[in-house]
Amino acid sequence: MSALHALSTAPVAHAGLDLARIRADFPILRQRVHGKPLVYLDNAASAQRPKAVIDAISECYSTYYANIHRGVHLLSERSTAAYEGAREKVRAFLNAASVQEIIFTRSTTESINLVASSFGGSMVKAGDEIVITGMEHHSNIVPWQLLCERTGATLKVVPFTDAGELILEEYERLLDSGRVKLVAVVHLSNALGTINPVKFMIELAHARGIPVLVDGAQSVPHLAVDVRVLDCEFYAFSSHKLYGPSGVGVLYGKQALLEAMPPYQGGGDMIRLVTFEKTEYADLPNKFEAGTPNIAGVIGLGAALDWLNAIGLDAVAAHEHELLDYATALLQQIPGLSIMGTARDKAALAAFTLQGVHPHDIGTILDREGVAIRAGHHCAQPVMQRYGVPATARASFAVYNTRDEVDALVKALWKVKELFE
Amino acid sequence: MNDLRDLYQEVILDHNKRPRNFRIIPQPTHKADGVNPLCGDRISVYLDIEDGVIRDIAFQGAGCAISSASASLMTEALKGKPVDEVEHLFEAFHNVVTSECECPRGLGKLSVLAGVRDYPSRVKCATLAWHAVRAALEKRKEPVATE
Ligand SMILES: Cc1ncc(COP(=O)(O)O)c(C=O)c1O
Repeated sequence: MSALHALSTAPVAHAGLDLARIRADFPILRQRVHGKPLVYLDNAASAQRPKAVIDAISECYSTYYANIHRGVHLLSERSTAAYEGAREKVRAFLNAASVQEIIFTRSTTESINLVASSFGGSMVKAGDEIVITGMEHHSNIVPWQLLCERTGATLKVVPFTDAGELILEEYERLLDSGRVKLVAVVHLSNALGTINPVKFMIELAHARGIPVLVDGAQSVPHLAVDVRVLDCEFYAFSSHKLYGPSGVGVLYGKQALLEAMPPYQGGGDMIRLVTFEKTEYADLPNKFEAGTPNIAGVIGLGAALDWLNAIGLDAVAAHEHELLDYATALLQQIPGLSIMGTARDKAALAAFTLQGVHPHDIGTILDREGVAIRAGHHCAQPVMQRYGVPATARASFAVYNTRDEVDALVKALWKVKELFE
Repeated sequence: MNDLRDLYQEVILDHNKRPRNFRIIPQPTHKADGVNPLCGDRISVYLDIEDGVIRDIAFQGAGCAISSASASLMTEALKGKPVDEVEHLFEAFHNVVTSECECPRGLGKLSVLAGVRDYPSRVKCATLAWHAVRAALEKRKEPVATE
């Protein structure tokens, strides 16, 4: 704890959060970079892990690790129970109807590729259309482009306004073609911070019998998600943005659809019976989990969810919202700074450009002040093209960030201006 | 702030603000694009080569201060030079921005970019324009990437 005070981050409680205690849970935050207290504002790229997650992984490897679903011995039984326990935690987190609807993957990217390959490969034909939006991450663009190349289907893109809000009339118009087989939409844009009205968009799609995949990579750390309220067919997210380990992702899918879909990869664990003539596939969710998964990683994700639930996502969201408002107000006072993405419904991050200074130079200078942000195209090059900029700088918030850290960001930005004047 | 001044020297800030030879050569003998996939920066270089000598060289594009200044300084350094010298100069320049060795003589103003060596993630910015020139001389059609 003394290290915390030495950094003089002086956490203040907001929205009922005990920030000092929360920060104390993150060993990595207690350090200096380039002689300055670390101010970690690159959470949209990857968040940090609390000690509870690090300990859960360490405990797994040091006391009960073995392969799952196959051993009759004690360690395998314990590992299987912990792994399947994490599945139940994810089910509860999303309020899915059944653990059979929760598939562990490597990442959001793999979850989307699974749907593009399995659902897309079996249900999409030449002449069909896939609808995405103009603010998608490359991982929700390229799998669909590959699918379109393979099948002769066409990709349709919902445009958005200067503020960064989807133009829903255009969306409806695209849905009305009668050829749309799937909608794939980002819940919270990593490039703009926009929260898209996915519930409404799903209703519009369902009115025409069209299933919807939601890319939840950025949304799950910041807003409570209930897949049964949303009624989406698929929901994808990554553990590493949710205070869990990297290398683990989740795909939620409605059971009936998952049952109708062919396997994604073949191998061990996903079969019931194999002969050289024919293979019978395992039931859900194993059908989609070929091979030995990231066992300790999944268990770590379960620990991250426990940790997050103890704080409560509503309290997290309220705190982050307040930070974003505070940051936005201060950033707007910097001459020449423009914020990209000013949607009414927005969360967790501020992307911006500074006149006369390239985002990469901003990133380098801020780093020397201890402030870690992202500078670049954020794997959303079409968004950059939409605004006619090569890149932006992005500060993104997590539950452990403080107002003082926002002050450090803003102070460092004034230094950038001073240097480039 | 002081060590940042080592990177962002006055000469660099000046070339960033007012890049030299920042234009298009309408009918170049050689031309190529360079992209930095990390940040999406893209520059085009144009050369007019006659009898093995670089008569004119220019560039266009958007980039960070390091890549813009480096491109600008490069055009100044290469104008009037025999084509044979490009490879040698690039090598010397590359050494300066990546290693602790003594600055080779004859690099002139280019050595203001030596501060880049303390910022490994920025080396690609400093060498982007040079990669593009090399690609232009090899008459490559596809844009070259720094990685
Ligand atoms: C909106 C969005 N979708 C998808 C992804 C891809 O996530 P991953 O790299 O974990 O697969 C990201 C990560 O940056 C993202 O922000």
